[in-house]
Amino acid sequence: MTDRLPGFSTLAVHAGAQPDPTTGARATPIYQTTSFVFNDADHAASLFGLQSFGNIYTRIGNPTNAVLEERVAALEGGTAALAVASGHAAQVVVLQQLMKPGDEIIAARKLYGGSINQFTHAFKSFGWNVAWADPDEIESFERAVTPHTKAMFIESIANPSGSVTDIEAIAAVARKAGVPLIVDNTLATPYLIKPIDHGADIVVHSLTKFLGGHGNSLGGIIVDAGTFDWSKDNKYPMLSEPRPEYHGIKIQETFGNFAFAIACRVLGLRDLGPALSPFNAFMILTGIETLPLRMQKHCDNAKAVAEFLAGHPAVAAVNYAGLPGDKYNNLARKYAPKGAGAVFTFSLKGGYDAGVNLVSNLRLFSHLANVGDTRSLVIHPASTTHSQLDDAAKIKSGAAPDVVRLSIGIEDKDDLIADLDQALRA
Amino acid sequence: MNHDTYTDNYIRGILNGVKSIAMVGASPVNVRPSYFAFKYLAERGYDMIPVNPGHVGKSLLGKPFVASLADIGRPVDMIDIFRNSSHIMPVVEEALGLSPLPKVIWMQLGARDDAAATKAEAVGIKVVMNRCPKIEYGRLSSEISWMGVNSRTLSSKRAPMPTQGMRLSLNRMSVGGGETAASDRAAKNKTETT
Repeated sequence: MTDRLPGFSTLAVHAGAQPDPTTGARATPIYQTTSFVFNDADHAASLFGLQSFGNIYTRIGNPTNAVLEERVAALEGGTAALAVASGHAAQVVVLQQLMKPGDEIIAARKLYGGSINQFTHAFKSFGWNVAWADPDEIESFERAVTPHTKAMFIESIANPSGSVTDIEAIAAVARKAGVPLIVDNTLATPYLIKPIDHGADIVVHSLTKFLGGHGNSLGGIIVDAGTFDWSKDNKYPMLSEPRPEYHGIKIQETFGNFAFAIACRVLGLRDLGPALSPFNAFMILTGIETLPLRMQKHCDNAKAVAEFLAGHPAVAAVNYAGLPGDKYNNLARKYAPKGAGAVFTFSLKGGYDAGVNLVSNLRLFSHLANVGDTRSLVIHPASTTHSQLDDAAKIKSGAAPDVVRLSIGIEDKDDLIADLDQALRA
Repeated sequence: MNHDTYTDNYIRGILNGVKSIAMVGASPVNVRPSYFAFKYLAERGYDMIPVNPGHVGKSLLGKPFVASLADIGRPVDMIDIFRNSSHIMPVVEEALGLSPLPKVIWMQLGARDDAAATKAEAVGIKVVMNRCPKIEYGRLSSEISWMGVNSRTLSSKRAPMPTQGMRLSLNRMSVGGGETAASDRAAKNKTETT
């Protein structure tokens, strides 16, 4: 006999949350406090020594944030999670556990422009080197492996191009190289793709996007799949070697299959400091309760809008993996059968100027630098999110100068199509 | 029985039913996982007995070490084995010589010996392998959720009021929650290759 497993929508509402023991409050309370009293000196020592589960200080953990962490871990099928202040913070905290100066990470060339900047500039200043590989050519990941490689990093659905990545193929390369595969699952969310089922060892999110879903709160999260053996060689001393700040505890030996999430919390978040506000955690939790409903509507609307654009005389090309005949349609059918997400790009026959005109003539679509809002959004990546890249890098990352990116919201699809139609005719 | 997965009711029944636990391989070094588990279980009211021939004459949190299970000299409900898989069988054989028999033999995270489990089960002893009682207690009481860990439980009942400080009750009504299948698979592959 085994326990009955709940479905995704049930987990989205319930995982991690139970009525408050003191008040009976059914919604998760916002524990807006910096710190938590100890029972006695021994309890304090046990908490600081990692011998007991419990709360010390909101930079290390907070009960509201913990509900969010457990919920996303449950939705992704991971063993544990750690919420942080932003998606960027999640990436820094993850790599701090894995990388030393001189180490390398192999990253997909098709990434969110902000991640490309972070990897190229901030991480380089830490002495962490990035080798770029092409997710459309799996061998390029294999070729980039060196003795200094410590991790591989991809997006499940890439921003801004909306292309779908062959997670299993890259996971196989990572396994052969003996390094963990990190998947940024922001644009897919676990409703569409669960990267851990396809071989990911670590999943990161910007919670700011579809998970929170309402464009009101920044957040990031790290999910530990519990699949990687950090101690099998000496490559990951943060997890396998005694930690001097905790009297010589070895993190993996002590915490088993959720050791990576613990390392991110007690070594990463504790020392780097990008804690998530409990208020933001509450807002994001509320958003996640409707994730399955919203995500399906986002995807259904996106497909309708992409079909409309594909048939429009002013449009040169639509890159949406949900369209039959799209380069990524087979991968979308395999990895994201419920829908290919709601962020995609298209190009206009009128080039750059037509793109600028379109953006300024839209009345429902908001021109801003975000995705994954209830509202439909539009941006011209070449002049904004990807503006720091040179032209060649812009094209390689899917942000050519004539490309417009849409993030389709949950409005009525006919109103979105009518808005695009009038703006394309104006 | 299937030792790849256990139902929450099976584990909860064991942790609720046993009162005394002999921990074979308990360490007095306060950064070792066995020390963590020993202390945690002692704080939750279990009658803990440290078993380690290398430390006889010393005590662990006030409990004197004994050299072997036979030296305990009184009935014990559960044997928690903090040894590698290759050292499990002799401990189980020793446990099978006790009178009365223990009710439960528990092998720690990473430890699994199916032949030893079959022997113990043949005489009616319940067996748990490749699990940590501290983690399972924390999971089923939802205490472990404070660390962002997937407790794999859901509940619409008011959580029990914390007792003895912030310790929650194991007697929480819950149903199965999120699964961690990939991690379970990885652990299984690891025990099969070692």
